[in-house]
Amino acid sequence: MEPQALFDAVKAKFGDSALELQSAGCRPAFVVVAPGSIADVARFLRDDPAMRFDSLMCLSGVDTKDRFAVACHLYSMQHRHAIGLKAYLPKENPSLPSLDAVWPAANFMEREAFDLYGIVFQGSKDLRRILLPEDWEGHPLRKDYKYPESYHGIKV
Amino acid sequence: MTRGPAQGAIASPPVPGSAGPEAHVMVGSADMFVNWSRKSSLWYLLFATACCGIELMQTGASRYDLDRFGAVFRASPRQSDLMIVAGTITHKMAERVKRLYDQMPEPKFVISMGSCANTGGPFYKDSYCVVKGVDLIIPVDVYVPGCPPRPEALIDGILQLQKIIEQKRNFAKKV
Repeated sequence: MEPQALFDAVKAKFGDSALELQSAGCRPAFVVVAPGSIADVARFLRDDPAMRFDSLMCLSGVDTKDRFAVACHLYSMQHRHAIGLKAYLPKENPSLPSLDAVWPAANFMEREAFDLYGIVFQGSKDLRRILLPEDWEGHPLRKDYKYPESYHGIKV
Repeated sequence: MTRGPAQGAIASPPVPGSAGPEAHVMVGSADMFVNWSRKSSLWYLLFATACCGIELMQTGASRYDLDRFGAVFRASPRQSDLMIVAGTITHKMAERVKRLYDQMPEPKFVISMGSCANTGGPFYKDSYCVVKGVDLIIPVDVYVPGCPPRPEALIDGILQLQKIIEQKRNFAKKV
């Protein structure tokens, strides 16, 4: 399915929750949705017979200085088509409904986005730091991250 | 075909001890013997955290054969004399490295293998998670430069460590 047709289908089903289609300079194109509706859109994309996005290839956090984003890359093994799914989050207390009930693979990637960007995924099965130590302070991939002087007495 | 009696004879092996009593006597200090035995059986901990570990495996395998210097790998820190820190040490790993080092019995030695373990290497600048040199955590005897070092370099590091061990004074008064 072409990105525009796919976006129109999402728009027809979810109305104003589907915000825009970002196709310039990204491949696959990104369907931008409102943060609160991302779990419903994801379930629709997975289950609809014309979509069947059964594979969550990647889930990333993004810091664009003035706001955060969570970007997912989806692929359909059946229809051999791909699409991106994106939601923009505010700078303060960024949070998003978890997708791990839709694609179990989302859990590790959400934990990574939580670990490095501090994006909270509501309703996640297991939201802990995945790379850094449990008692690490801050989220290092944020643009405004300040390096600590030391960690457990060892100079950073 | 005729065969002379000399052709069919097999030379008998030398009888043990026939080389004379002087072959069984070594004279030296107690330190020399202890250091000689220690440097000749450097059992190193089977421990690697990054690509240096691949070179460490190569060094231990048949082509470079670290075994000929008496160095064999041990899977337990409690049986190891030598820790070869092969690879990047992150702050999360630092506690484990310290614990493994503490579990090794004395006397123990450390070789820091490769740029990451020496100074943090390519992660020296702008890394929040990499320890800038394993000597911030545990004492290091020999630094082996390289990214990663070739097996020859690691073998040279072990030979340097053997030279250090030869100088140790265990019984004689420290000067």
